[in-house]
Amino acid sequence: MTKKVHLDHAHLLHLLKAMIRIRHFEAKCVELYQAQKILGFLHLYDGEEAVSVGVMEALTQDDAVIATYREHGQALARGVDPKCLMAEMMGKLNGCCRGRGGSMHFFDRARRFYGGNAIVGGGLPLALGVALADKMQRRSTVTACFFGEGAVDEGEFHETLNLAKLWRLPILFVCENNLYSMGMAVERAEADTDFVHKASGYRVAGEKVDGMDVVAVESAARNAIDRIRSENDPYFLECRTYRFRAHSMFDAQLYRSKDEVEAWRKKGPIVRFQTWLEANRLIKPEELAAIEEEVDKEIAAAVAFAEAGGLEPVSEVERFVTMEAVPS
Amino acid sequence: MNAPQANAAARMTYREACKQALREALLSDPRVFLMGEDIGRYGGCYAVTKGLLEEFGEERIRDTPLSESAFVGAGVGAAMAGMRPIVEIMTVNFSLLALDQIVNNAVTIPHMSGGQFAIPLVIRMATGGGRRVAAQHSRSLEGWYAHIPGLRVLTPATVEDARFMLKGALADPNPVIIFEHVMLYNMEGDLPSDMKVVEIAHAKVHRAGRDISLITYGGSLFKALEAADALAAEGIDAEVIDLRGLRPLDTKTILDSVAKTRRCVIIDEGWRSGSISAEIGMRIAEEAFFELDAPLRRVCSREAPIPFAAHLEDACLPQVATIVAVARELVRPS
Repeated sequence: MTKKVHLDHAHLLHLLKAMIRIRHFEAKCVELYQAQKILGFLHLYDGEEAVSVGVMEALTQDDAVIATYREHGQALARGVDPKCLMAEMMGKLNGCCRGRGGSMHFFDRARRFYGGNAIVGGGLPLALGVALADKMQRRSTVTACFFGEGAVDEGEFHETLNLAKLWRLPILFVCENNLYSMGMAVERAEADTDFVHKASGYRVAGEKVDGMDVVAVESAARNAIDRIRSENDPYFLECRTYRFRAHSMFDAQLYRSKDEVEAWRKKGPIVRFQTWLEANRLIKPEELAAIEEEVDKEIAAAVAFAEAGGLEPVSEVERFVTMEAVPS
Repeated sequence: MNAPQANAAARMTYREACKQALREALLSDPRVFLMGEDIGRYGGCYAVTKGLLEEFGEERIRDTPLSESAFVGAGVGAAMAGMRPIVEIMTVNFSLLALDQIVNNAVTIPHMSGGQFAIPLVIRMATGGGRRVAAQHSRSLEGWYAHIPGLRVLTPATVEDARFMLKGALADPNPVIIFEHVMLYNMEGDLPSDMKVVEIAHAKVHRAGRDISLITYGGSLFKALEAADALAAEGIDAEVIDLRGLRPLDTKTILDSVAKTRRCVIIDEGWRSGSISAEIGMRIAEEAFFELDAPLRRVCSREAPIPFAAHLEDACLPQVATIVAVARELVRPS
């Protein structure tokens, strides 16, 4: 399973740190939300960290990423600066989108991060276009397109998979199946709960992977990307995961039991990976402490950066409604 | 045989003008490609793209399956990643299936990303009624698109605009929708051979006059011109304004005309309620109310889905006789 992942000590610690960074970043976001410094929607990635961390490890800086509205983890794992993300969360001018996008719409041109999308399924056609543009410009890159299992019910999923296969575009479809689209449990929404099977309906090859196992995700993503490049074809990865928290801060979670959530929490990607590292003596307690300290410092710096950030002047509100030029 | 004059006019159809524009775009910029339903093998459902597949190949003339949302969204993504896609949606009626990609992605991403991304995308679509093809193929929804900040909406009515507006649209770093009225494709017009460009930002006084302004665009332009001829025969000198684009709206040309004529009729194939004609009328009311010698009037489509039967369709669409009657009443109230 792990033949493609080079599991040296540094890499293992790197994976753990990347997941802890997301978890702690979001914990801080919740605090700031409760303090009303972050407003609006807040969709936490809590429980799903292994998916984006594993997939991003398999991408190069030249590859492109299309994200969802639950994209804190996707952006952090992609290497977007936590400082400008936190500032964006708070609606500040020094945020990654000048405070215009907020938590659902992070963009980072330099990292080919083509944005979170708050319309479920809305990002899928964009992935077609980015991959097509790269292909037509003779770049040998892959576009990773993240979406939740709820997006599979949108027509855009079906239109996009058909076109991706028809045009043989280098797209890695990453389905984050966390079992609920808002309050709609997957078995209540799907006539067929096998998403790999759905993808195969468009002759897009794919596989299921344990989305709570970061090494398994990385391994599957590396294999998938090798295959995309060698077969000149898209590939579909269904990452079975779970969100430990509500859909958003407005969600009372009346649709599932506390017991169910607790049972999943015990299988969480961080606790599982960390326990495995500890059991195999691959991490020392002081290394773990150092990781947590470094991450917390990073996040504290991000909060300080965001707090110190100014607000975009209201006079600028119409700027970029129409662009003066195409940024290069 | 005499040598042709340097600026001798070339006579061609609106369809041919559209095709020449596309061809020029493909030849002049390798980033340009075409994408849409039946634009390749079939030759385009209005035959605009006929022959381009043979000339430019399948990579640049991309036939798409019936997936408006996916291929319009692909146009948005490709524009973000360095290409200059020209997407054809067969008719405005089908564009409703792509509204999410146009309204939620193409026009929000530049602003929402804080200016990190522009969407230099051109979308062409046919619009309008008059072909006896019933309600689902006869809509005029360009006014809806004109409601949306971030879009440029162009409505070429003349052969010259059909030939040269595309160039301006491609030079614009923003998403541009070009509406081609279905009744114009077979229309012939003259194109001076030394003409290379039209600018897309301004409306045009298509015919100067002093008594009343007929303000219109797209397929209704020729009805307005015919009405102006009829009015001239009655001694009423009508000015005809071709808006040429609905967003941004060239308010200055409108107001200048109304300030001169002091009367105006807006002719719009869209439905009256919430239409672009409502917007134009309100702008005149806001900015030139005291210039007016008569109430503002409109000739719009009747508020029904456009019917199939010829007599009913004709009754629903703006017609020359109605324009003449409304204009006459304003100039010479009984």
